[in-house]
Amino acid sequence: MKLFNFWGGVHPAGQKHLSADQPIQVLPMPARLHVPLQQHTGRSAVPVVKVGQIVRKGELLGRAQGGVSASVHAPTSGVVAAIGDFAAPHVSGLPLPTITLESDGEDLWLEREPPPDPFTLEPEDIAARIGEAGIVGMGGANFPAALKLGKARQAKVHTLAVNGAECEPYMTCDDRLMRERAEQIVDGVRLMLHALQAPNAVIAIEDNKPEAVARMKAACQSERQMRVAMVPSRYPAGSAKQLIQILTGLETPAGGRGTDTGVLVHNVGTAYAVHRALRHAHPLISRIVTVTGGAVARPQNLEAPIGALVEDLLAFCGGVAETPARLLMGGPMMGQPLPGTQVPIVKGTNGILALTAAEARLEATPSPCIRCGRCVEACPMGLMPLEMSKRARHDDLDGALDFGLIDCISCGSCAYACPSRIPLVQYFEYAKGALETRQRAEQKAKETRRLLEQRQARLAREERAKAEAAARRRAEKRQAKAKAGAAA
Amino acid sequence: MSVHLPSAPHAHASDSVPRIMGLVLLAVAPATLYGIVLFGWPALNLFLVTILTCLLGEAVCLRLAGRAVRPFLLDGSALLTGVLLALSLPPWAPWWIGAIGGFFAIVVGKQVFGGIGQNLFNPAMLARVALLVSFPVEMTLWLEPRPPFSGAAPGFLEGLAITFGGIPDIDAVSGATILGHVRTELGMARELGQILPGHYGAGTAALGWTGGSLGETSDLLILIGGLWLLWRRVFTWHVPVALLATVLVLAAGFNWLNPERFAGPAVHLLSGGLMLGAFFIATDPVTSPTTKLGQLIFGAGCGVLVYVIRTWGGYPEGVAFAVVLMNAATPLIDHYVRPRIYGRTWRGQSRPVPERARRPPAGSGGTE
Repeated sequence: MKLFNFWGGVHPAGQKHLSADQPIQVLPMPARLHVPLQQHTGRSAVPVVKVGQIVRKGELLGRAQGGVSASVHAPTSGVVAAIGDFAAPHVSGLPLPTITLESDGEDLWLEREPPPDPFTLEPEDIAARIGEAGIVGMGGANFPAALKLGKARQAKVHTLAVNGAECEPYMTCDDRLMRERAEQIVDGVRLMLHALQAPNAVIAIEDNKPEAVARMKAACQSERQMRVAMVPSRYPAGSAKQLIQILTGLETPAGGRGTDTGVLVHNVGTAYAVHRALRHAHPLISRIVTVTGGAVARPQNLEAPIGALVEDLLAFCGGVAETPARLLMGGPMMGQPLPGTQVPIVKGTNGILALTAAEARLEATPSPCIRCGRCVEACPMGLMPLEMSKRARHDDLDGALDFGLIDCISCGSCAYACPSRIPLVQYFEYAKGALETRQRAEQKAKETRRLLEQRQARLAREERAKAEAAARRRAEKRQAKAKAGAAA
Repeated sequence: MSVHLPSAPHAHASDSVPRIMGLVLLAVAPATLYGIVLFGWPALNLFLVTILTCLLGEAVCLRLAGRAVRPFLLDGSALLTGVLLALSLPPWAPWWIGAIGGFFAIVVGKQVFGGIGQNLFNPAMLARVALLVSFPVEMTLWLEPRPPFSGAAPGFLEGLAITFGGIPDIDAVSGATILGHVRTELGMARELGQILPGHYGAGTAALGWTGGSLGETSDLLILIGGLWLLWRRVFTWHVPVALLATVLVLAAGFNWLNPERFAGPAVHLLSGGLMLGAFFIATDPVTSPTTKLGQLIFGAGCGVLVYVIRTWGGYPEGVAFAVVLMNAATPLIDHYVRPRIYGRTWRGQSRPVPERARRPPAGSGGTE
């Protein structure tokens, strides 16, 4: 099929060979799992279990609440040991409400009715089951998948783009999943197409993964609706906006949705999770995690239960050979630093990356911008990062906005390319935060003004009512007096 | 385990500012060596004086500003400024031309603006312009090539005497560059058909066996260095190609209109500092626009100014003036010439997807 180009981008060293050739290993069930109630965009799930309660594998632990939310389930059988705060896999290390599960070592599934043939179900029911299984975007977006499917069906998308690009260096979890479980992914895609009522699916894979391409091609050979597209290996080809551009030549309108182009992007891992949910009634309780980096003794991909600690995963991979200079959740381009190894993996964790100082090129320190324009060249969004950062640094939010701050996707291509090692993304994140604060303050001021005006109006109304009442009373009195006078 | 908590990305390209400066220095080395060989010991003396004063000026300014001296001194930018300035000077200019130029370039051209990355003008060209305006005699002292061991070449001590004491018999050595010669002769109402033969050969001009600034004579070596930098992706083709193409088109056009009055493209492209300017001066990232379109405009603007100054201006050569003038226009170009943002129109509005474009990708499953 015809492919289009996307703007900018960079070619970081792939480093996928570290983990790409080892088959997926199942992580032995840790004794304790820490399942955060918030692993997704939107509102936190509400716990439906009590401390001390015995749960089976797959049993509901926390129920989705409100419009945008996702349920969480027990990754194994055991006892609810605690419901309380536990360090989140976030740079801050701030605690999040988390259910701690003590494994009983039995790993017994909750008894369930065998699921019906999904193709006899209505599209809405498919989406509902995907929602019940707690499936969120597995590529790192963490948006509840059922909602995304429902919205896309309303938007009448014609194509489901299945994202197997995996453009982040080091990450190979999607690669391994496609190589080892291609049929299940294809089945998940078929089910998602049914839920979407869309005619086409394109499975997009970067051309640095020839085995995955071959396996996926073989798996969807008899599927008339599906095609495999080899996309060029250039970061960030796997970003939804850029992938849409590659496949259709169209751009997601600013402030709009990807579905405005008629394309919905979902990760291959999500397709696999959909297959598990609809064919086996298995909620999303485990995922493939790439554990890699120069500091890891035996880099490989693990199928790990949600809630397993980073420590558990690293230990299974032989631990760290040297103290990592960087410990990240995710790839080196967009991954978040972890506060330590005592944090759980979540539904959106595609990798644990332990980089050595040499890999992270820590020796260089930021120096002044020489305006070389490499950031402008690298930006896939057509922005001028050097101008934006200059303004963000001086708290000139309007200036940064004028240069497209809100269009920045934080892909890090600019900072990767910068020879002066300026932490551009950090400036943009700071400015985006400041912008949010400002918008909140503006909203608050507006709300205060509205309330004040309402109060003034009310007071005026009361004043007027009082005056009218007083006038009425006076008039009545006068009338009564007049009447009395007349009577006399 | 203690780890740093910095922000993404955690991978970086291997490029660094010292590396970029180093590559440019390497690329300009052949032309530099050639120039020094061509004009002998005085050229080497001037070259050394110029770069040393640049480094000294940088160190003094950094110290005065209370900034770290070592990292900035070692980033190669002051060295490169010195080299480029030296290359643009008359090879036998006295030492104080190099010294004043070097100090001016670094102090006024660069550090006054705030150091590396902050300067509005290319420091080397700003200094060259200041020198040319202030010391027109010393700055237009051209001589024929006289490589070492040829009869006319000065020895080491003679070279020192020339650089630090002055040229004993200026009239005996000085000549005119081809551009200067053409200007003078045209001023005397002669025609190019009579002026050029005997003075200009495209071959010798390209190889650089001719009078001129220290490092501008060999177009071939400069071209090789420039192409190498293009290949190494130190800069892109936009500025040099726009600059050279503009001069080529203008020269060819006017030459076609009146060949006796306007020199042809070969004379323009292969003379003076054009090649050096196109590949090593106008491509200075700090003082040129950051967008590709902006760079095309900048390059073309330089080209127009070079041609206009050479043809109608008060000086026979105009590369330094052209670059400095276009440097001044760079902030304006960068303000107005921006890339289109993804998902937005050129005016910045959200760009809707046309209804007819909303169709399955060509050749995808369902359409077969």
